[in-house]
Parts: sequence; C-alpha cells; structure tokens
Amino acid sequence: MEVGQMQRRLMDYTKSLFMEGFLDGQFLQLQQLQDESNPDFVVEVVSLFFDDSEKLLNDLTMALDQPNVDFKKVDAHVHQLKGSSSSIGAQRVKNACIAFRNFCEEQNTEACLRCLQQVKQEYYLAKNKLESLFRLEQQIVAAGGSVPIMEMGF
Amino acid sequence: MNSNIGKGSMSTASSSAAWKAGDVVPDRFPAGLRVLVVDDDPTCLMILEKMLRTCLYEVTKCNRAETALSMLRENKNGFDIVISDVHMPDMDGFKLLEHIGLEMDLPVIMMSADDGKHVVMKGVTHGACDYLIKPVRIEALKNIWQHVVRKWKNEWKDFEQSGSVEEGDRQQKQSEDADYSSSANEGNWKSSKKRKDDEDETDERDDSSTLKKPRVVWSVELHQQFVAAVNQLGIDKAVPKKILELMNVPGLTRENVASHLQKYRLYLRRLSGVSQHQNSFMSHQEETFGPLSSLNGLDLQTLAATGQLPAESLATLQAAGLGRSTAKSGVPMALVDQRNIFSFENPKLRFGEGQQQHINGNNKQINLLHGIPMTMEPKQLVGLHHTAQSIGNVNMQVTSHGAQSGQNNSLLMQMGQPQSRGHILNDATVGHAPRLLSSMGQPILSNGIAANVSTRNRIPENIRAPGYNPVSQASSMLNFPMNHASELPGNILPLGSTPGMSSLTSKGTFQEDVNSEIKGSGGFMPSYDIFNDLNQHKPQSWELQNVSMTSDASQRSNSLQGNLDLTQSVLVQQGISSGQMNGQNRSAAVVSKAMCSAGDFSEQRNAQNVNQHFNTLLVDNTIRVKSEIVADVSPANLFPDHFGQEDLMSALLKQQEGIAPAENEFDFDGYSMDNIPE
Repeated sequence: MEVGQMQRRLMDYTKSLFMEGFLDGQFLQLQQLQDESNPDFVVEVVSLFFDDSEKLLNDLTMALDQPNVDFKKVDAHVHQLKGSSSSIGAQRVKNACIAFRNFCEEQNTEACLRCLQQVKQEYYLAKNKLESLFRLEQQIVAAGGSVPIMEMGF
Repeated sequence: MNSNIGKGSMSTASSSAAWKAGDVVPDRFPAGLRVLVVDDDPTCLMILEKMLRTCLYEVTKCNRAETALSMLRENKNGFDIVISDVHMPDMDGFKLLEHIGLEMDLPVIMMSADDGKHVVMKGVTHGACDYLIKPVRIEALKNIWQHVVRKWKNEWKDFEQSGSVEEGDRQQKQSEDADYSSSANEGNWKSSKKRKDDEDETDERDDSSTLKKPRVVWSVELHQQFVAAVNQLGIDKAVPKKILELMNVPGLTRENVASHLQKYRLYLRRLSGVSQHQNSFMSHQEETFGPLSSLNGLDLQTLAATGQLPAESLATLQAAGLGRSTAKSGVPMALVDQRNIFSFENPKLRFGEGQQQHINGNNKQINLLHGIPMTMEPKQLVGLHHTAQSIGNVNMQVTSHGAQSGQNNSLLMQMGQPQSRGHILNDATVGHAPRLLSSMGQPILSNGIAANVSTRNRIPENIRAPGYNPVSQASSMLNFPMNHASELPGNILPLGSTPGMSSLTSKGTFQEDVNSEIKGSGGFMPSYDIFNDLNQHKPQSWELQNVSMTSDASQRSNSLQGNLDLTQSVLVQQGISSGQMNGQNRSAAVVSKAMCSAGDFSEQRNAQNVNQHFNTLLVDNTIRVKSEIVADVSPANLFPDHFGQEDLMSALLKQQEGIAPAENEFDFDGYSMDNIPE
C-alpha cells in the first residue's frame, strides 16, 4: 500500500473513532501538542495512560473484592481513572467512570461490580483502537510519509 | 526545580530584565513564567507539563504534594504560580493550597475532574485564585499568568502608598521589580531579604515585593514566632502591638502583625470549628454573599462601630452567626469573623471572604489605631479622624466592609480629610457609607453607620483613600491604611499629621500578606458606601477610593482624590460588596489607584466619574473598575446580589459588562482585573 492510501486509511479510521465516541476533542489537543521536539508525544502519553489505567483497574478489582468494600477508596480510584481518561480523550471510558462513581456514592457493591466490568470493557476497546491507530501511523512513517494532522471538520 | 530557578529560559531573564526597567511589561512575558504543577496522575501530569511548555512557561512537575511543598520551601522565590490537583493521596490539595498561601503567598490554581459546586467553592474559600476542570485545555493555561500579575499589582498598590505618583506604577506593578529600589516600606524587612534572594532569579516576583511594598513574608520561622507570641498572650488578648513586642523582630511593624493576625484568626476560625455545615454555609455565604453577608455583617459592625451596637452584641452576633447555618448568621459571622479573625486565609479568601476580611481588617484597623477592641467607637474614629485626618487610614477601616464599615466610616471620617468629603468609605459590605472621613466626626459616623446598612450613606465624606486603601487590601486592613495614609493627598489630610494613624501612615507597612489579603479585600472597602455617598457626594466621596487605591495617588490630590477615592472606593466597595472582593478589590484598588495617582486626573475623573457614576450610583465607577477587576475574580465576582443593595449590585453588574475601561483615565493599565479567580 502506498503512502497516500495509508494516510487516507488513517484519516478515515481516526474519524470513525471520533464519530463512535471513542475519542473526543481532548485527543486532538494532544495531537496538536506533538511537534518536532516531541514527535512521539501522543504515543508516550497514551502508553502512560495504559499503564496507569491497568494498575487502577487492578486496584479496583481488588477493592471491590473485599468483604467490606471501602467505597471511598473505590471512588478515589474511579475518580483518578476518570481524570486520566478524560485528559487523553478516551470519552467512553470517561463516561463509564462517571456512571461508576454514582454507584460508589450509593455504596452499591453489585452495581459497582457491573460498572467495573463496563469500564474494563471500554478501556480495552479504547486500547485496541488506539493501538491500531498508532500502528497505522507507524506504517506511514516507515514508508517515508508523514502523519496527517487531523482536522476536526466534522 | 533547578530548571525553574535557574531560569534557563531566556525569556525569563529578559522578562525580568525588562521588568526591572520598570516600564512596560516585557514582551516575552508571560513566557518564562515559573510554574509548579502538582498532580498524582502521571498521565495528566505529563500532558500538563507539555501544555505549559508549549505556552513557553518554565515548568516543574511534581507528583506528590509533600515534595511540592518542600520544593517551594527550599526555593521560595523559585516559582511564580502553582497548579495543583485537588485529590491527591498524600495530602489534600486544599491543604497544600493553604500552606502555600500561608508560607509563600503564591497564586495557586486548583484543578480536578470534579466540577461539583462544592468543590469549586472550597477552592474559593481556601484562596485558590482559579479552578480548572479537567480535562484541562491548553487555552485555559495560556493566561494563567494573569493571576501572577494581578497579585503583583495588588501588592504594588499597597506599596504605592508613598504618595509618589506611580507613573510607572502600572508597569511596576506588573513587573514588581520596577526599580523600586527604595524600600520605602521600612517595615518590609522581608523585601530586602527577598531582594537578595531574587538577585539570581528572575526577580519578577521578588522585585515586586520588594519594590512595591515592603511586604513581609511570613516564613515558617516567623510564623512560628508569631504563633508562640499569640499563644502566650492568649488568642483573645493577642493584640498586634503586644505580639509585635513579644516577637521582637526588627523591621516588623505592627501593621504587618495586624494583618497577619487577621489572617490567622480567620484560619483558626475556619479550623475550629464551625461544623462543616456551618463552614460551608458560611463560606458559602461569604463567598457568594460577600456583599450580602457583608451587608448584614456590616450593619452589625457598623452599628457596633458607631458604638451604637456594643461590641459585645456584635460579638454575640458573630458568634451566633458562626454557629448558625442561617443565612443571617452566616453573614454576620462572616463579617464578624473577618473582623475578629485574622486568619491567614484572608488572602485566600479573595472572594466574598475578602470582604469579610476587610471587615476584620477594619476592625483591626480600628483597633490598631486606637488600640481599641473591635468595635470601633465613633469616638475612636473621631479621634482617628483628628489625628489621621489626612490619613486615609481611616479609610482603611472603612474598608472593613461590611461590619466594619460602620466603623470604618468613622475612621474614615476621621481620616477623611478635612475636606469633609463626606465620603463614607465604609466598606461596601453594608454599604456603610464611609462617612467618616471628613471632620464629620462622630455624628457622621453614626449616620454613616446606620445609614450604611442601606449603603446609602449620604454622608459624603472625604474619605481619603489612604485610609481606605487598606481596605481594599482586604485582609490587611491595617496595612491598608498605612498605604493609604501615605497616599492621602497632601491636601486632604496630612498623613503625617495623623499621629494616631501612625499605623496607617506607615505606608510601607502593609507589606506582605496583608497586601495579598488586602488585595482581595481591598475592594471591600465600603464600596457601597461610597456609592451612596458618591451619589450624593460626588467628588468628595471619592476619597475613599483613594484609599483603596493603594496608590499613592491618594496623596496627591486630596481633593481630587477625595473624589476619586470615593469613586474608587465606591468602586472598590462595590466590587467588594458584590462579593467580588477579590476581583474587585483589585480593580477598585486599581481604580482608586488610578484615581489617586491621577491627582489631577482624579479631578477630572472624579468629576466624570462622580457625575457619571453618581447617576448610576457610583456603581458605574466601581463597576467599571470592578469590571476590570472583577473579571479576574471569577467566581467571586458575582456576588453583587448579595449586597443587599440590590440596586447597587445590579448597577454594578450591569456596569461591569458594559464598563469600558474607564480606567483609561485612571492610570491603571486595566490589568485584567480578572481577579481572582480564582
């Protein structure tokens, strides 16, 4: 596949992610921050997000697994996850966290467990999508092309 | 940190250099602004760092609050502004905020994914200058420098009192470092110290402090000495004078102590006790109802001040207010607290609280001046008046917005220039009409006070800004007077002559926290009153403004100033009343400054303002000022409703929108008065 084609594919893919709500405007902000001095900024930040989130999800799983669930702690973790996911633009993950927090307030373990499942699902989905995106970008660069800047025209 | 300190960035260096020149703010600014960002979330931290670097700031990141605090302590002048997350594992973000405010007095921006009203309110009460909701966009970070400048400006204003017109003020303000070599404010020992420290760094920050006013920086040790002295005396008996003696720190003035004491009391109050509900209630009250509470509080205070309401009653009211969740109680409490409680938080409370602080400040003032207890007795005020006559200091008292206003008025009155401007600078809180200043003497005071409530003091008093200035400072009521005192235009009242006002006259005294506090509260000054007065009094009432203007201008044209001051003060007050305190103060201060300094200007302006504003209830002026200033103060600004003087507020509000920087006339650059915002 030649570069032009790859670039178009990337653009379409990115667009779809936005359309489907996986990503929001904040992701664009990140892309705009990337420059020559920091060419891998987005990848770095997102990788950081992945590591951090997985840790958080583990903590959450453990916390909800306790006989006496410490909802304050659970809420703190979810709050953090909400913050970081919103910072990178992972919209669906963020929304799942918001719902999660409501149930934390109610101290409803059952509901929280369901929410956790939901969050995990969204997270892995987002992770997959982003990794695909990055792979596409890498291919373009490897082929000698440049990654097009996404314009939020839609 | 090194990077920050070292100011590797050229911009910083150049900016500082430019600042030194004391002229316009360097073009590079805000590039090179030294930011410390604290967040336990690594993703957010990385993104923020990148964003801030893109804004050309010098960034230091930190993922633990404790680390951030020690970094700040090690290098007090190493940062210009701090951005911190609210939820952190090792320390609550608000706690960090308080520490920073107390120890380093840097502007702090809070941020969180949590956008709940209560959390944001907490930020306001704890003194954050702004609150950002995550995810933070780079646009939001692009103009955080305004908070730094604003702070400088306020400090500058305080400093200005020395009568010298600050033509360069504006710039100086910004650049703090304006070659203010004269540490006119002897009281400011810190500034000299700071100076040295700053030599290496971009002294933007430092300079401002040194230049502007001898701001005393309350280091940990100093604060500990202070606390020891207070404890020794007993918190109830701890008066600035005695504290000062016990502390025995050379170069520290009573005003410094007074303002610090005010803050401290507020801080204690906050800690102690009031139940959460109350606290939030109160704080809420305070914040949102800056004006409102002030009004209520003011009335009480004013009444108290005028001696109509015995101090005890006032105390009772306050107590009641504290304990109660009723709005009313809240209000008085706030007011009362301010008066009585000098917590460190003062500076933080820019909004709403600021007013209160003023009140406290006012009280303080009064006390200081007279060495009397909070309630200012009219006679005290009168006394002040005589002595201070020229001293705007009285104004300061007036600044105590709500509650104090009554008092202030008296003070102001006293201070008020002989001109009998009739401005009643009383804090806007209640609209106490700052009546005092002019030789009105007691009767006026009471009038003012009584009238204050409705903030329509008709008594036009020449409250000279000088006294008033302190008010704007808000917390440091005391300080203010000092500054103002100096400012008082020569005509108005010979500042020097007012022996009583010694504290006031010591222009430089305001330094430090007071300033910061005052800044917030500066606005407080009975803007209401002023307005009232202004309406009636046109030129005269402006005097108050002068006061608030920390600007030295006040001195200049006493007469003018009176007018200006009034307008200014009115403005300030208005700003304050509306709870915008923070923002307003600044603006008011600025305005007043403009007014003051412009001695000549003031005349014209006054006339303009006065006339114009009077029509609109002076509000216009203030609004103008406020609008400018207020802009900064985001949340708080909108208190106007509370004022109680609805008309005022509405006028103010309206004005705000529409106010064009009338200030052009005034010299202040119209720095975005955005206050605070924090």
